[in-house]
Amino acid sequence: MDLQIALLLGQDGITNGAIYALLSLALVLVFTVTRVIFIPQGEFVAFGALTLASLQTGVLPGTLWLLIGLGAVAGLIDTVFALRDRQLQRIPRILGINLALPLALAGLLANIPLSSLGLPIQVLLTLAVVVPLGPLIYRLVFQPIAEASVLVLLIVAVSVHVTLTGLGLFFFGAEGSRTPSFTDASFEIGDAMIQGQTLLVVAASLTLIVALYLFFERTLWGKALRATAMNRTGARLMGISATMAGKLSFSVAALIGAFSGILISPITTIYYDSGFLIGLKGFVGAIVGGLGSYPLAAAGAVMVGLLESYSSFWASAFKEVIVFTLIIPVLVWRSLTTRHTEEEE
Amino acid sequence: MSSPSFASTRLAVLSLALVSLSAFADINVGVSVSATGPAASLGIPEKNTIALLPKTIGGQKVNYIVLDDATDTTSAVKNMRKLVAEDKVDVVIGSTTAPNSLAMTDIAAESETPLISLAGSAIIVEPVDAKRHWVFKTAQNDAHMATAIVEHMLNNKVQTVAFIGFADAYGEGWFKEFAKIAEARKIRIVASERFQRNDTSVTGQALKIIAAKPDAVLIGAAGTPAVLPQKTLKEKGFKGFVYQTHGVANSEFLRIGGKDVEGALLPVGPLVVAAQLPDSAPSKKVALDFITRYETAYGKGTVSAFGGHAWDAGLLLGAAIPQALKKAQPGTREFRSALRDALEGVKNLPAAHGVFNLNAQDHQGFDQRARVMARIEGGTWKLVK
Repeated sequence: MDLQIALLLGQDGITNGAIYALLSLALVLVFTVTRVIFIPQGEFVAFGALTLASLQTGVLPGTLWLLIGLGAVAGLIDTVFALRDRQLQRIPRILGINLALPLALAGLLANIPLSSLGLPIQVLLTLAVVVPLGPLIYRLVFQPIAEASVLVLLIVAVSVHVTLTGLGLFFFGAEGSRTPSFTDASFEIGDAMIQGQTLLVVAASLTLIVALYLFFERTLWGKALRATAMNRTGARLMGISATMAGKLSFSVAALIGAFSGILISPITTIYYDSGFLIGLKGFVGAIVGGLGSYPLAAAGAVMVGLLESYSSFWASAFKEVIVFTLIIPVLVWRSLTTRHTEEEE
Repeated sequence: MSSPSFASTRLAVLSLALVSLSAFADINVGVSVSATGPAASLGIPEKNTIALLPKTIGGQKVNYIVLDDATDTTSAVKNMRKLVAEDKVDVVIGSTTAPNSLAMTDIAAESETPLISLAGSAIIVEPVDAKRHWVFKTAQNDAHMATAIVEHMLNNKVQTVAFIGFADAYGEGWFKEFAKIAEARKIRIVASERFQRNDTSVTGQALKIIAAKPDAVLIGAAGTPAVLPQKTLKEKGFKGFVYQTHGVANSEFLRIGGKDVEGALLPVGPLVVAAQLPDSAPSKKVALDFITRYETAYGKGTVSAFGGHAWDAGLLLGAAIPQALKKAQPGTREFRSALRDALEGVKNLPAAHGVFNLNAQDHQGFDQRARVMARIEGGTWKLVK
């Protein structure tokens, strides 16, 4: 292995690591706020990539029907609750958000020439379709069992993952898709060629991480999420709704997932079930951070990316073995060095 | 002779003939293919082709009972049991994948029903033992295809080859098959790498391959995941030959691969490049006939190599059933046994993917006429002459 190969491998590892880092942040966020280990995180990656790909071929994506379906069910349930509580004034808002908005989006998508739109608009439309799935899933699946134990939440998360994967196969078929690159530019630095797309992924990931930092530090909503993560009961006493915090954290997780999918889809072919493995590697990163620390999770995820890249060079047949075996020494180290401070349940 | 007795004799003869005719039951052909699940892109054209198979063979009505096994081994076994026990079929066609076909083999032997598999792996019919006695298959063996690649390498003075394949049975099977033939022909394998179907990057493997400086690379992968290694090799500046396997010969591969897979070389069944074959090729007429029928029914450009395997299974039955009908009646054990013997005796039958010459040792029956080399040019398959 000479320097050039080492640089190329490093570049590849950091590109993948950046995606894993984004996902690990989403996992940490969702876990700290709602105690859900969000296995379906990867599905948002696949949905983001495949929705963009079908928009680019001018086909209405199947995720749109999922959005309308989930919206209708959520709208119906909330309307029934509002009627029961005799809060009729809430109904227009409920129906507006859960029914009218998705249908308006569907009407918009059906009436514009999808494939000839500019890439930024296609990306925005993709996010508009995929991101609302996050809070809707929270509303329908996790909100009714928000007080359940971590184990129950984990089991439910697994079942959501299996359901979404099945729906992905139904919507997008068994074959994958690859979207055209955002940029074909490449730069020569020393001996190594740097692809423009790689820089874009890293830059976009960094931007998103900085944006998340500002969101948590500077905005009221971000602070509310942090408060809920630190102490759910305390936050509720201060008037922060746990439901709002849950929906918000799922929205952010869905946004990160879909955005990662859009970033990665020009680099590799994404299949309906590709997301799981990508999400799992983000999870390994999050574990390095003990599912609690954002910087450690991000660093862990980048390390997973680098490890994966170098091990694919040295022993490609054992790459996944090496990456996932990493979790064992990390867990041993964490259990030896940290005090057990799990919240009372 | 008085006329009444003559009439009654005639009546008796006539009624006897009627009795024997009505006892001559329809021929029932069971079909189990993977029309859904991961192998759906293979199973759907196979299922479509079954609908085009002849409705009468040897003057006898043929019923096709088509089931879907969802690319699942358990369902394949269940289908096979249902076909032999409830539908009392005379022969079964299926399944699409090797694991499913292998699982069905046991029941074929146990119920003494001939089975015609559509999968690629040679292990389905080799070696012909007590169980495989009942099993035939229409798709080319991997070895047929590997020899085509090695031949092309020798003709183009390739001395060193790197291999990158799936880290599963498909990749391992190809590596073993290819390494055996390549070593015998003095082609050196300088690197052997693996990747997962779902991998988002194969940069490490590609760099290692390039560092080994091979004359050519063989990618042992099926379907659209085979695009990634070729794309990465191209990106990192590999200039040698890139060989793919016949597992990529569908239009999805061309759609996903686009510019990145231009120039790839691969062995394919003659059906894939039928229109470009010389008129002397035995498969040309059969293949073009099949393509016309298929595209009339399902639209232009819809035909794929996999439908051809099902069509060839139909051709085998078309040749064997008239022989078996001479010996026994459909629906009986004797008929199934006679049909099996007749299948084994098929000689010089031109099919869409080659020429069948079966015997007691070879239940596949193709030779080197069953594959040609193709190159991807301008987004289509071009015959390499």
